[in-house]
Amino acid sequence: MDDLIDEFLAETQESLAELDADIVALEQNPNDNDLISKIFRLVHTIKGTCGFLGLSRLEKVAHHGENVLGRFRDGDLQVTPEYVTLILESFDCIKLIVNGIEETGSEPEGDDSALIAKLDAVYESDGNAPATLDAPAQEAEQDTDSETDVDIQDIENKDAKDITTDDLDALFDADNAKRRADETEDAAPEAADAPEAAAEQPAPPTPPVAQNAAPEKSADKPVQAKEIAKDKPTSNASLRVNVQVLENLMTTVSELVLTRNQLLQILRSQTDSEFAAPLQRLNQVVSELQEGVMQTRMQPIGNAWGKLPRIVRDISVELNKKINLEMRGQETELDRQVLDLIKDPLTHMVRNSGDHGIETPEERLAAGKQEEGTILLNAFHEGGHIIIEISDDGKGLNLERIKQKVAANGLASEEELAEMSDQKIQQYIFHAGLSTAEKVTSVSGRGVGMDVVRTNIEKIGGTIDLKSIEGKGSTFTIKIPLTLAIVSALIVEVQGQRYAMPQISVQELVRTSSNSENCIEDIQGTPVLRLRDRLLPLVNLEDMLQHDNALAVQIDTQDTADHEDAIDEQDEGASDPQSEGENNTDSDVEHESESNVVHLNQDDASDESYIIVAHVGSYSFGIIVDRVFDTEEIVVKPVSPILRHIEIFAGNTILGDGSVIMILDPNGIANMSGEISVSDQGDEIGTAGEHAADVAGQKTSLLVFKAGDGAPKAVPLSLVSRLEEVEVKAIEYSAGSMVVQYRGSLMPLIPFDDTVQLRSEGHQPVLVFADHQRTMGLVVDEIIDIVEERMDVQLMTGNNGLLGSSIIKDTAMDVIDVGHYLGRSNEDWFSNEGQAASNKASLSGQRVLLVDDSPFFRNMLEPMLKIAGYEVVTVEDASMAIELWEKESIFDIIISDIEMPDMNGFEFAQKVKAQGSIWQDVPMIALSAHTSPQDMDLGRQSGFNDYVAKFDRDALLESISQTLSSKHEEVA
Amino acid sequence: MQTPSLNENSHDEFDYQSDKKEYLTCHVENQSFGIPVLQIQDILSQQRVTYVPLAPPEVEGSLNLRGRIVTAVNIRKKLGISPRGQCERSMSIVVEHKDDLYSLTVDSVGEVVSLPNSDFEKNPATLDKSLKSISSGIYRLKSDLLVILDVSNLIESLLVMDGIEQ
Repeated sequence: MDDLIDEFLAETQESLAELDADIVALEQNPNDNDLISKIFRLVHTIKGTCGFLGLSRLEKVAHHGENVLGRFRDGDLQVTPEYVTLILESFDCIKLIVNGIEETGSEPEGDDSALIAKLDAVYESDGNAPATLDAPAQEAEQDTDSETDVDIQDIENKDAKDITTDDLDALFDADNAKRRADETEDAAPEAADAPEAAAEQPAPPTPPVAQNAAPEKSADKPVQAKEIAKDKPTSNASLRVNVQVLENLMTTVSELVLTRNQLLQILRSQTDSEFAAPLQRLNQVVSELQEGVMQTRMQPIGNAWGKLPRIVRDISVELNKKINLEMRGQETELDRQVLDLIKDPLTHMVRNSGDHGIETPEERLAAGKQEEGTILLNAFHEGGHIIIEISDDGKGLNLERIKQKVAANGLASEEELAEMSDQKIQQYIFHAGLSTAEKVTSVSGRGVGMDVVRTNIEKIGGTIDLKSIEGKGSTFTIKIPLTLAIVSALIVEVQGQRYAMPQISVQELVRTSSNSENCIEDIQGTPVLRLRDRLLPLVNLEDMLQHDNALAVQIDTQDTADHEDAIDEQDEGASDPQSEGENNTDSDVEHESESNVVHLNQDDASDESYIIVAHVGSYSFGIIVDRVFDTEEIVVKPVSPILRHIEIFAGNTILGDGSVIMILDPNGIANMSGEISVSDQGDEIGTAGEHAADVAGQKTSLLVFKAGDGAPKAVPLSLVSRLEEVEVKAIEYSAGSMVVQYRGSLMPLIPFDDTVQLRSEGHQPVLVFADHQRTMGLVVDEIIDIVEERMDVQLMTGNNGLLGSSIIKDTAMDVIDVGHYLGRSNEDWFSNEGQAASNKASLSGQRVLLVDDSPFFRNMLEPMLKIAGYEVVTVEDASMAIELWEKESIFDIIISDIEMPDMNGFEFAQKVKAQGSIWQDVPMIALSAHTSPQDMDLGRQSGFNDYVAKFDRDALLESISQTLSSKHEEVA
Repeated sequence: MQTPSLNENSHDEFDYQSDKKEYLTCHVENQSFGIPVLQIQDILSQQRVTYVPLAPPEVEGSLNLRGRIVTAVNIRKKLGISPRGQCERSMSIVVEHKDDLYSLTVDSVGEVVSLPNSDFEKNPATLDKSLKSISSGIYRLKSDLLVILDVSNLIESLLVMDGIEQ
């Protein structure tokens, strides 16, 4: 459930940041009903979600705060400064708890009864005597002051995109708008209310901690000062800027870069132009501007490393190891989005190094090493990329162990393994289900491993490499493009069409012709190239693109003139120094150089072509193209949704000459070229799936495993808490069923079915499902993979334990019914669900429309409902649901949240249930954490058939099944 | 969790508040079509289009409109009408759908007309399927029948076809 908590925390932090601003606005404008509703809704969502997650302290505070807000909303309590202070206090308390959860994973200890008592006093007061609570309010304020204020700073620090004024100044300068920069400076002293803050100003603004120190100090001041400080936090050194503004700025700058390129290209064709000097200056300014804008989006990587020392410390205590964590290059800056994506992989890898890599002090001494092991994190720039190295001086990867695992999992035969290089064998650790940890500890076996790390990194266009020497240690190298938006690309031509190939995946270029020493040979029609000592598989881009000849001809005739012009320009461009030094040089390969590029006569080129040697991970292959031009900085733009299914394109871009070209995706090409290197194939498919998932957004991660008779089985990954390998010897029998001691308690083990054979020795893979305090292990034969697929379950009846089958990776797989096994392990697991289970056969496959504005709940409920056998469509607000309604989509039941922006659940229900509506007879269930009798009444009046507490999943399933069956009876 | 079949423009189509709506007329083969003026970004003469391999047949390619990439969709292909001769010029109408630009290639562009809602009728049930899927209804003009193009459905229909192909 860790992911759920993380998501909840992110969502709550966001809400809290909004709440602070909103409540202050409310104080100034107490009659703004929309604002009250919004605040109410946000608090309500927090309450509902933490109820679901069993965070009782948080829920309590939010609940009592919400009560008071509820009275504001209903208009029977006036908004006064005293009440606002009280509400703010409750928000501070929520923040404190949320921060505690974020840091420790559980609710911090503490007593909120004083606060709650005050909130209740207001809730129960008649609204005319606010003065009475003044004294206690002040008191409690002082109690929590010092703590909470620090927290506020933390939160703001995390949520805002902190931009140092230096960056912005640079921007303005580049824009030649110094005047505005002066204004910023004027504003600064005004913002710096506290004298300490003003003193901080001249200090270098780069480390964010230093800036925040100033307002922190002001917290010592009386209550009034605190309110002011809260309004203007850290404003002296950094500004909060809406992300959208930055995005727009980025786009505009991208356009500017393109236009600049265009101008420069024109300039190149004119030998003696009066524009040369101003254009040169423009060129420079634009480059600076681009750099400046990039900086606003950059964050030092040290921010992502903050939690690592703690993790390493925990590991060393838990495993009795001595580990020293060394971090270098913390100030290296990365795009914020990239940073978010690599945070988890990095944590995972450091944990791995500590757990698997570093040996115990005894082992280290025996091996002649220092007692203390070292994990080194190093981040630095290298040629337009950011390199992050994670290295340890531990025992390195155990090749034999990997080989055994690979052979056991059937990924490669022992003969194949015998022929593989060590490097290649090591790559197998990026495969799903290949944990080489010999022992199951609380540190290893967490989540799913290196394959996820690799997928995450590839998602952002990065690569990961591994070097390991047994006994000496391992080094992982992550290579990430400096920015996602602007990349350098090699422009190539196939059949008269130009394409861009990201430079990051180009290893080298080879020119071939029938009479040169590098010639393309073929094996039964499959082209290959002898490159030094290797045989390089080749992909003919022309074949792959299936150029429709008729159409190609048509286009050629349409703009031959244009096109030739463009090519001319390009060729001249090729002599630009930009193209130099981009490619590796290797002695015996004839390399691309300017002189080779220019051969305008097409006949000449008939037996001549170029091979781009590209690498995807550790897999290299050649792509045959007709011609190669120079490299260009291109702005990657996503392709239109109707073209997004073509996996060999990563995007499109506009070249300097104004033409649109497609950007090739080496991963997609490798994938489409079919049977590629054994070690990579599985992952490539996974990556492609990833791309598609981004588009569709409707895919589910599924864990594929083997159990019982042959056919692979799948289960939604979100339902699995952990994957474990249980030592067979540790399995005990209690009252005739298998149990194992797991984290201090007994966990029942349920074999998938009777045919699952326990191994006689070694480890047995187990899927652990957990819910509240209860855990249960499902014993399976083998864990195969994790895939992302649209879960489209074809239902079947009668077979207990299976929901049905789904086509996953072009194979029919059985999707298991987790509920069935949970029920078997604990009679009372779904105590409320007996009814639902018995109805499942007849009710499953019903279409459910889920309307909820919280992504958290949508993610939570969707798999749950799918598992219960329903077909689920989710939308994020009522207006989207209304659009479905207008499209006359048919649903069997609608589940709707109540508190939603724009149109709330009640209004939505009234609209749906209106006379003559096509959904008039569709039953509706309201989902709300607010279950007072009045609300329930209002719900019924609006047309809801049932009203369910948001955090009660069992009741929801029960209600759905009952509502549906009563509807069926009516029909019958 | 976005449902791809939702469209944002459907509200514009049925704006009963005012009693008149403005449409740009255009022609494909012998049929007149109307596109709500408010959805139109631009009208272009024949453009240099970059062919996109492996794209659905209706997609002609991509073009650059002032720094934004526009996907060109050929209405003739969409309606299953045979392509015109090489030398005949065509026009493109640029529309926006879900923040992306699409250019609809037609034979020629007519004029902007303001039409009373009373003349609007739903598609006849017997209308050809390929036409029905991209039309939101029909206006009775004096001399002619004007088929109103439903831009959202048109673009979405290309998406759905991708799904089937996959």
